[in-house]
This record gives sequence, C-alpha cells and structure tokens, in this order.
Amino acid sequence: MSIDQTTAARVAKLARIKVEEDALPALAAEFNTILGFIEQLNEVDVDGVEPMTSVTPQRLKRRADVVTDGNQQAKVLSNAPDAREGFFAVPKVVE
Amino acid sequence: MLDLSYTAPKVKTIAGAKHDWELVIGMEVHAQVSSNAKLFSGASTQFGAEPNSNVSFVDAAMPGMLPVINEYCVEQAVRTGLGLKAQINLVSAFDRKNYFYPDLPQGYQISQLYHPIVGEGEVLVEMGEGVARLVRIERIHMEQDAGKSIHDMDPNMSFVDLNRTGVALMEIVSRPDIRGPEEAAAYVTKLRQILRYLGTCDGNMQNGNLRADVNVSICRPGQYEKYQETQDFSHLGTRCEIKNMNSMRFIQQAIEVEAKRQIAILESGGEVMQETRLYDPDKGETRSMRSKEEAHDYRYFPDPDLLPLEIEQGWVDDIAANLPELPDEKKARFIKEFGLSDYDASVLTADLDSAAYFEAVAEGRDGKLAANWVINELFGRLKKEDHDITESPVSPAQLGGIIGLISKGDISGKIAKELFEIVYTEGGDPVEIVETRGMKQVTDTGAIETAVDEIIAANPAQVEKAKVNPKLAGWFVGQVMKATGGKANPAAVNQIVQAKLGL
Repeated sequence: MSIDQTTAARVAKLARIKVEEDALPALAAEFNTILGFIEQLNEVDVDGVEPMTSVTPQRLKRRADVVTDGNQQAKVLSNAPDAREGFFAVPKVVE
Repeated sequence: MLDLSYTAPKVKTIAGAKHDWELVIGMEVHAQVSSNAKLFSGASTQFGAEPNSNVSFVDAAMPGMLPVINEYCVEQAVRTGLGLKAQINLVSAFDRKNYFYPDLPQGYQISQLYHPIVGEGEVLVEMGEGVARLVRIERIHMEQDAGKSIHDMDPNMSFVDLNRTGVALMEIVSRPDIRGPEEAAAYVTKLRQILRYLGTCDGNMQNGNLRADVNVSICRPGQYEKYQETQDFSHLGTRCEIKNMNSMRFIQQAIEVEAKRQIAILESGGEVMQETRLYDPDKGETRSMRSKEEAHDYRYFPDPDLLPLEIEQGWVDDIAANLPELPDEKKARFIKEFGLSDYDASVLTADLDSAAYFEAVAEGRDGKLAANWVINELFGRLKKEDHDITESPVSPAQLGGIIGLISKGDISGKIAKELFEIVYTEGGDPVEIVETRGMKQVTDTGAIETAVDEIIAANPAQVEKAKVNPKLAGWFVGQVMKATGGKANPAAVNQIVQAKLGL
C-alpha cells in the first residue's frame, strides 16, 4: 500500500490536524515508511498465536454499578473556551 | 415449550410507474441500558439532570483518565442476548470508532466492532393472530452514547450537554428480514416489549432511550427469495440508512417515503447511492446527511485502554436461570391458563404492569370475565383520563371483588358497571357497597312477580296493545327494571312478564 498526497491530506483532515500543502509530500513519505515497516511485520507467520493483549496476564477490571462521580459542572466546564448556562458553547453545528 | 405455529405475513408490494417493488429492511436499534452509572465511569445516568452535572472526567475525556467497565452493564447486555435467544460470546473486545463531533469529547466512541458480546438471535414479530415474522438478530454490541447538542438556544452557537456521554447503549442489529413499514414498527414494538420485560432498557422513546436506524432497500419480486437462499446481498438493491428515529409513526412514514424515492430513481434509469439520510417529518422527505458521509471513515482499531472482556459460562448460566417470563411465554400461558383469546392475551401481556394487574384480578376467578373487565372497562376508563395502569384508582382486589359479585349472580352486568364507577371515583369495598346501597340483584321471583303485577295493573291500555303486538313485552320488562332500580334479574323479569301477559 502506498500513500499519496491526497490520502495524506484526507488522513490529516479526519484527524483534524492542519497540514500545509507543502508539508504533504514529506508526510506521505513518512506514512509510507511506517506502513512499509508494518508490511514487514505482516510477513511473520502468526498462525495459531493468540494476540498478546497484555504484558502480564490480567483480567479486565470491573466497577460496580454505583454512582461515585459527577456533580462537578464548574470543573468540567473550567477549560472550555466558551460555556454558558452550564453548557459548552460551540460554533453552530446543525444537520 | 411454546406452541408457535404461524405463517409469515404477506410481503407488501409497492406499485411504481413501471413495476411492482418489494421492500427489504434491516434495523439497528440503540437501546440505552438501564443502570445507575455509566458504562466506563461512575457518573449517574439520570435523565433530566442539570447540564453537565452527570459528568466524570472520564466522560469529559480529560487527559490521563481511563475507562473502567461497569459490570452490571455487561450483565444487562448478556441478559438481553439471552432474552433474544442469542449466542453469548464469552470473549468480546472494545474498539475505538473515530469521528469528530462536539458532543463526543474523546474524539472516538468505544464500541465493539470485531468481537461483539452477543451473536445471533431472533425476535418473533406478531402481525395478527397466527401471523408472524421471525426476524433474525445478527449481533448485539455494547457502546457509549454521545452527548446532546442543543441548537435552538442561540442563533450562532450550539450548546453541548455531556450528561448522556458514556451512558451504556446496546446496539441490536437485525438481518434484513423485515418486509414492510408496519413490520418495522411491530419489530421495534416487540423488541421494546422484550427489553422492558427483561428490565434491561426502559424503552422510553421520547427521551431517546430507544432509537432506531433503518436500512431500506427495494427489489423486484423474487429477488429477496434468491437472497434468502444464498445470503448473497447482490440480489438486493442498494440500501440507504435513515438515522436516529424515535417514534413508531416516523419509522413507518420514513420507510414509505424512502421507498418511493428509491423507486422513482430506479424507474427513471438512475442508481441509488448508499448513504446516510435523515427523515424530516415536517416536509415528509428524507435527505442526505452529507456531513456524516464525510466522517464515515471511522478508522476502527482495538481500544488499547481496555483488555478483552472475558466472562464465565457459570455467570451467564446464573443470569439465564433468573430470566423473567418473556412476552411470548406469558401470552401462551394466559391463553392456556385463563382461556383467553389471542387478542386479549396480547393486550394484557403488552407490558408487565398490565399483565401483573390482570393476573391478580383473575386469580381464582373467571379468567375471560376478568380479561373483559380489565380491557374494556378498566383500560377504557383509564384511557379516558390519560392514566396509566399503575395509576389505577381501582386495585386488582377491588376489581376482583366486582367480578366475584357478577360470577355469584349477586349483581347484573348493568349494576356492575355502576358499581365499578362508584369504586373508581369513590373507592371502597365492592361487597360492602353492594350491601349498604342495596344494589344486590333481585332473583327472588316473588318480589319480581309483585313488581310485574303492579306495572300490569297500572297500565291496562299497554296490556291490550301488547296482546296484539308481543314486541311490547319489552316495554314491560323495561318498566319493571326501572321500578326495581335495575336490580331485578333481567332474564327472570322477561320470563315472568311473558307469562303474566299470556304471550
């Protein structure tokens, strides 16, 4: 798989990262290096090998169905560039 | 266990300008899990709280916060799977579905794309007596709900409330087995009923706790059968997904409108584009959600914050052992145990409160009579005042008392209705009311005879007329009933009047 400039621009847009037009060729090249490495990894035969999901054997931690958090509206909103009447205020997004 | 012999409903065909067309519908129903806390945080799920008050730093996606799964939400998903006779996957895993939207602070939704917790199941959707569609469930996965954007509080800004962010959802995905708008609504109704029986989702569509995405495509007659034989989707038309509907009426309307749109495209030589659409009930049309199209590249990948979810068969067995009686089973039992008609049993098992009320009334009494009274009198009266069964001023014991009096012959049907009205508005013990207000039916023929004699003696002209026209006997019966305040046994009165008039 080879990444061209158009794909690089699209990936940047999906990730909401601003990339200037003249930086795209270098970005595409970096993507290709990374994907090339992954292709190399794909050559390893892993048939019958369970995916390693954790370095040490662990069971997914669970919590009980108890309300232990919340009621901190001011703290939740404290980093918002704009907040009004308890809401985050953002530029209009409407379908 | 269940006698479920049924035939499939007739497939709805829609006449286009050139051909007949058939509908093929699959649904994704998002059901909010009933739980106290969210799927991965300890914030409350309570609806209607102050904006952004039920928000933990996990929900707000503050850096460094990690999700910890709520075990009860997992249990609820498993319970739902068991209720839909589905396969439970002892190992499932969470993936990130990436997209940007102001009400999704993480920038991704934690979902289960590759390894859902529940596999294939089924829902039997009844479309009338002995007619039903078996809709196959493809999977159920758990995921986080998003927040809520409010667009009408300011002309230039949208307001975001994260209270719903991170609440557990079950996405219940059906196979394309639904063949018409009515079936689609009936499917959602049945699913909602099962979820409410299980206690895994409250089914409140108004609050958005149950919403449906509907996949609609059309095909020429015969094509669907080819798909069913081969499970090859190429026999079917291109589908469009209508997003986020939370009313049975809109679901039906949207499907009709969308089918007509697709027919018009195909019949004029065009091609249906696979896309996400939105139904606008005011304009009665569906339209493309272009912004969604752009974001459709979700770049799923396994969530590195969460290990695979492993559950034990023994735990699943425990949940299975404690499943409540489900709607199909309850309905079958009501028919068998109480001798109810299919229709009455459906009405009474529509929700658990009605079913429990009926059972309490019918216990040790005439089941059919109890069903008639619950459905016709009680439900009718409650509906008039827009009351729910749980708000009934008449308790099952009181209604049972009235039915007992009818069965014993103590009161006539007419008096029973008056008695019901008294109990409904004033309360009280029906047996006592009948005693103290002298409402008992007079079956004593001596007393009835006296009343008949009095009426005959007072109306010689009517007696003469009745001898010529026997139909006038009804007038005498009416007079006697009036004179006895409706308490005389109508059959007995009729007989005595006939005899005395020599008819």
